[in-house]
Amino acid sequence: MPVERHVLVVFPHPDDESFGAAGAIALHTRAGVPVTYLCGTLGEMGRNMGKPFFATRETLPLVRERELYDACAVLGIDDLRQMGLRDKTIEFEDPQVLAARIAAVIEEIQPSLMITHYPGHGVHPDHNALGAAAIRATTLIAPERRPVIHAHAISANRVEVLGQPDVVLDLADVLDVKLAAIRAHRSQSEAMFAELEKEFNRDPAFRKRGTRNWRQEMYWTYPA
Amino acid sequence: MQAIETSAVQAALDRFANQDVFIHLETTNGAYAAHRQEQTMAVCAFIRNGLVRYQRGTVAGIGPYRVGLKMEQGWIYAEGLTDWELDEQGRLLMAGHDSDGRLAIALELSTEPFGV
Repeated sequence: MPVERHVLVVFPHPDDESFGAAGAIALHTRAGVPVTYLCGTLGEMGRNMGKPFFATRETLPLVRERELYDACAVLGIDDLRQMGLRDKTIEFEDPQVLAARIAAVIEEIQPSLMITHYPGHGVHPDHNALGAAAIRATTLIAPERRPVIHAHAISANRVEVLGQPDVVLDLADVLDVKLAAIRAHRSQSEAMFAELEKEFNRDPAFRKRGTRNWRQEMYWTYPA
Repeated sequence: MQAIETSAVQAALDRFANQDVFIHLETTNGAYAAHRQEQTMAVCAFIRNGLVRYQRGTVAGIGPYRVGLKMEQGWIYAEGLTDWELDEQGRLLMAGHDSDGRLAIALELSTEPFGV
């Protein structure tokens, strides 16, 4: 993995960075590369409330904000910026306004790499909308200052449509960091970890298979 | 939040009756429902800070519970409510959680607007 000058991560929900890109982020921060995280919302409409649940619809944003700071600490992200958008509503905002806000951050920090969702392959409408805005933002930047874009795709047909990912990261050295970052989002990951533990106990082979899936992150370089 | 106790919830519903109140009403099966299981579709609806006034609000059922708010011209209805609280700001929060603690439905009333 080449050493970047500065990495900009653009995702809509606290925990997208941990579930989706904690490995890449940890590899960058370990190499001493500054990482700025532009987080769109506080995941106000999340359905997971902890297991057993400890958040309410009204306390969830505060809970998730604390979890976000904790995860950033785990990942070595010291520049967290919140966009103050609202969960589930990003696709209804003016895309040009969103793009301009993201472009201003790109102009300021001059990242060599940007990580965001691959539009159309994010599954969640917020993922697609913010990924599209982030990519649109780069078109507002002079070509020589545009960051390379590593797009995160989670759709079922991603390989069919996009081909094989050109960036495959081996997370063996940072898997513990990735899992710790996901655990930091306690309200969002407790139920999942409880379910995983049940699966692991039912089928010990699954523990191996399961963790192997966690040992890689894949990105598609977005065409310039 | 705690498990719904109908007499306490009924008393709270009565307190919010006959005045303008802000409502948050929501139901969801999760943004990833279709992704996880292709036969399903993601379904969600929410209204945040609708301003309503109801004359009669009632909690019904033996759990999960239903709440119906009868307005001069119409109804507000929620089914699947399991837990409730009156929070520090005096708002009535009701929600339905599944066995994994995930929120499936929420109905909330407040005399002040909810944060956006």
